[in-house]
Amino acid sequence: MGNVPNAVKHCLSYENLMGESFRLPSSFQEKKWPEVHKFPDFVKIVEVGPRDGLQNEKEMVPTEIKIQLIDMLSQTGLSVIEATSFVSSKWVVQMADHNEVLTGINKSPHVRYPVLTPNIQGFQAAVEAGAAEVAVFGSASETFSRKNINCSVEESMQRFEQVICAARQACIPVRGYVSCALGCPYEGQVHPAQVTKVAKRLHELGCYEVSLGDTTGMGTAGSMAAMLRAVMAEVPIHALAVHCHDTYGQALANILTALQMGVSVVDSSVAGLGGCPYAEGASGNVSTEDVVYMLHGLGIQTGVDLAKVIEAGDFICRALKRPTNSKVSQATSRSQPSFNMCE
Amino acid sequence: QVSLSGLKPLPEKVKIVEVGPRDGLQNEKTIVPADVKIRLIDMLSEAGLPVIEATSFVSPKWVPQMADQEEVMRGIHRKPGVSYPVLTPNLKGYRAAVKAGAMEVAIFGAASELFSKRNINCSVEESLQRFEEVMSAAREEKVPVRGYVSCVLGCPYEGSVSPSRVAEVAQRLYSMGCYEVSLGDTVGMGTPGGMAAMLEAVMREVPVHALAVHCHDTYGQALANILVALQNGVSVVDASVAGLGGCPYAQGASGNVATEDVVYMLHGLSIHTGVDLPKLMDAGSYICRSLNRRTSSKVAQASCKL
Repeated sequence: MGNVPNAVKHCLSYENLMGESFRLPSSFQEKKWPEVHKFPDFVKIVEVGPRDGLQNEKEMVPTEIKIQLIDMLSQTGLSVIEATSFVSSKWVVQMADHNEVLTGINKSPHVRYPVLTPNIQGFQAAVEAGAAEVAVFGSASETFSRKNINCSVEESMQRFEQVICAARQACIPVRGYVSCALGCPYEGQVHPAQVTKVAKRLHELGCYEVSLGDTTGMGTAGSMAAMLRAVMAEVPIHALAVHCHDTYGQALANILTALQMGVSVVDSSVAGLGGCPYAEGASGNVSTEDVVYMLHGLGIQTGVDLAKVIEAGDFICRALKRPTNSKVSQATSRSQPSFNMCE
Repeated sequence: QVSLSGLKPLPEKVKIVEVGPRDGLQNEKTIVPADVKIRLIDMLSEAGLPVIEATSFVSPKWVPQMADQEEVMRGIHRKPGVSYPVLTPNLKGYRAAVKAGAMEVAIFGAASELFSKRNINCSVEESLQRFEEVMSAAREEKVPVRGYVSCVLGCPYEGSVSPSRVAEVAQRLYSMGCYEVSLGDTVGMGTPGGMAAMLEAVMREVPVHALAVHCHDTYGQALANILVALQNGVSVVDASVAGLGGCPYAQGASGNVATEDVVYMLHGLSIHTGVDLPKLMDAGSYICRSLNRRTSSKVAQASCKL
């Protein structure tokens, strides 16, 4: 999610709920979907809190706090931590300190620190600051693309092609994102074919992984399964990730569905940082703690130490002076001593 | 590791059992007057919910929130086709309930011994014997009885609970005459794998059409657990409007899953519930204003119905 003007804060979602358009046509629905015989043994978590999370928090966070957050996260076992965004600071003030953050963090040899690079200028600045991996953000919705980054989807792809080309030359891997994969705050429903088109393009251009984002959080398990089925026909499953928002409380159910379809990469944000710009007071990113709790409960390995993530979450919430959005964190901080869920 | 083969297609219809006015309010600190409870129940009836747990005939010295049980039962407007079950922990409560006009009752067993002892001061076996008395009377008077099993995915005192133990208690309640058995993840610690394993064990003893799930969202796992339950053939889901009812075992943590969020998921899956979501959200806003608290429903928050 990016540079949405503050003006867009009306409750689009409520209007959706009131209208008939809420129910997806049956072609968008799946009623039975496990595609694989068992869950993956290992799921890679891509931690987006320091970038996607903080970017959508109102409170400005000083550079040293961002650095400390990332350093704490580097000790939790997470293997990918999205560190910052090389976008113009006039659009995203929170990310103005991208150089200082990227050069200031204590990079662990076991962790990758991708950064967002919306265009070639951003890419070059990122490389100069030591970035070893970058990410580009496409959209499955035309309207969202125009309102968010001021250009059509096609124009954005051309911009990304430049970035990916330069990245290939510099041997820098590129991750692609597709926004509005399960719905758009402006267009409403998004056809799985639109998502497939953009995901395929990003993959063919050279993105090693494509993260499919439920930007408004309006998706449900059926629409997740239908969208994945369409995308999987064109992009290999090992190159897909899901980026679910919890604005309607659906994230974990949607992630579970994705796992049942064979996806094994999940984006999440420590403490559920990052509210939704489209619905005031609503939540946005799903909490890493809650995702890890579910995965571990399923016997799926993540390499992540949940207790340490909770600590990092507590740290950033104290700095932001806001309560955590993670239910696991809320429950463990107040539970009886006989009841330790971090085992 | 959980096997994914053998998961069924999702049901066409799901019956929602709304527990907000009882389970929800019972676990809210603020005492709410009878007329507010009555208004809430009436709004829920208008929202299309087929079952609304109205109150509890337990001694008011244990549960002051439910002290106005008779007044609530007499005051609600009963919509035709809607059931209003009430909790009856023993024969005395049952008699009072029937006298106040109750036409369906519910009894609560536990899959954990320690929980039973700490919660209702007797062993699981003793509680089942107590329920036999209620069942006997209910059978004679043709009053349907719903059974609940607590701690099906873990206990705040014992920790993990074996699926076979849950199956044993569920089977007892069912064979005693409960038309439906609701399996409750009391502390919300369960995850989808545990849910699937527990259901597999219970379904060997109780037919799936007689099973319901009562998931708590204390660890954010409720909707994922409910989804897995549906994939295993369950088609009755308990939920609480606005997610009323915190968790008594982890202060400040959430408890019941919000009905709005469950309905959103089910409707998104084209599963019929009969529930009018905007009207449900109105009921949620109403009770939150009365309780002077924010909703726990994410759907309500997203729709600015804080």
